[in-house]
Amino acid sequence: MESRAPGQAASPPVRVRFPDHIHIADCYQCGKCTAGCPVSQDMDLAPNQVVRLMQLDHWERAVRSQAIWECLGCQTCSTRCPKSVDCAGIMDALREVALVHKMASRARLPEISFQESFLENIRRNGRLNELELIGSFKAKVVIGTGRLWFLFKDAGLAPQLSRRKKLHFLPEKARDRKIVERIFARCSNRTEP
Amino acid sequence: MNIGYYPGCALHGSSNDYEQSLRACLGALDVQLTEINDWICCGATAAHSLNHKLSLALPARNLALAERDGFKQVFAPCPLCSMQLLKVKKAVGDEKVRRELSETVEADVRGDSLILNLIQIFEGVGLERLKACVKTPLESINAACYYGCLLTRPPDVVHFDDFEQPTSMEAVLAALGAKTVEWNYKTECCGAGMTMANEDAVLDLAHKILNNAAEHGANCVVVACPMCHVNLDMKQAAVERRYGKKLGMVVYYLSDLVGLALGLSPEQLGIGRHFVTKA
Repeated sequence: MESRAPGQAASPPVRVRFPDHIHIADCYQCGKCTAGCPVSQDMDLAPNQVVRLMQLDHWERAVRSQAIWECLGCQTCSTRCPKSVDCAGIMDALREVALVHKMASRARLPEISFQESFLENIRRNGRLNELELIGSFKAKVVIGTGRLWFLFKDAGLAPQLSRRKKLHFLPEKARDRKIVERIFARCSNRTEP
Repeated sequence: MNIGYYPGCALHGSSNDYEQSLRACLGALDVQLTEINDWICCGATAAHSLNHKLSLALPARNLALAERDGFKQVFAPCPLCSMQLLKVKKAVGDEKVRRELSETVEADVRGDSLILNLIQIFEGVGLERLKACVKTPLESINAACYYGCLLTRPPDVVHFDDFEQPTSMEAVLAALGAKTVEWNYKTECCGAGMTMANEDAVLDLAHKILNNAAEHGANCVVVACPMCHVNLDMKQAAVERRYGKKLGMVVYYLSDLVGLALGLSPEQLGIGRHFVTKA
């Protein structure tokens, strides 16, 4: 399904395209998604409100919301929906649109930076390099927010992890990293590095 | 039985205690694991959050590699990796999608291999056989079995157990002579990969889970997921600081308890490498 904001000439031509199995119109607003969501109490838009906004074609508020970045992807909403509306799938699609069109909420910089750093990391290495991920994630947050102390947050865990042989200073990589690069290139939506 | 093994990044990273545990435990049960040649990351939460196409292509590559090597069964001990592989299996039921994905990943994705989680591995061994192998019944264990999100959700992708009231882990523990508790947070989310990006949410959820397990009389929590273990075990000290109370809840991987019952030592299983250990 596609939706466009009518009469909003100043907005970029955003198209929210959901996977075929998602039928927004089926939602009758029972609120079960929100009732079961483990983080809905902290959200600026509850999951059922996000769905409602899409029904009303007010996609921009949903795309700019913090809620889509607070969603943990736990799938409880989609699983419990009596009309099989895949709310978690809607959250995924909205996050992608928010990044592609540079409309993601600045207030959710840590979550966005983490996911971006993660993808950059596996694009380069084929497999996740945890120390590199932590480094690039923290750098993004510090640059984006000016919160220098964030660099040292959880630094105390490093020796504890090291003592338990859980830190890898020479982590393994996939051997064929060229195929990983080609897969990324073929799947590009322009949000990847 | 020889099973294709997809460890995923966590088990070759900071959750390597999980890999140590399941290798020791499954070795004792003669389950042979053969690592999938040159596997890549499944993209995890980042891919399905930011790029739908990529979130299918990355696990599709792994599935194709496993199928190329002739594995009929693929074991993914991380429920997110496992769910991602199952999502691909579901998607390639559509022949057009199957052809497109195969082109994208430069290998034929058939989607006819069986994807297994850790509980299913024990079910494959057979709970009666498992019971017969027990050397040290776990009489002192009264466990809260914690399934988290993706072992049972989304049900139309994973098709495993009951998604609100699962009981498959309890059945494994019963075979080991352990007791289990009835409790409320079996399938609630622990915050998963938000450990660093939204720590407050993770600590809040981990607190609710650990607290509910304790209130229902559990003396340990059992998991079959690397991220659940990180949030409930590694972050437990932070939960205790934030909520000003001592929890001291030991968190085992399911393979730890099976291994202990089979007579393996905590050292062999890597249990001493957890953050919360018995005093």
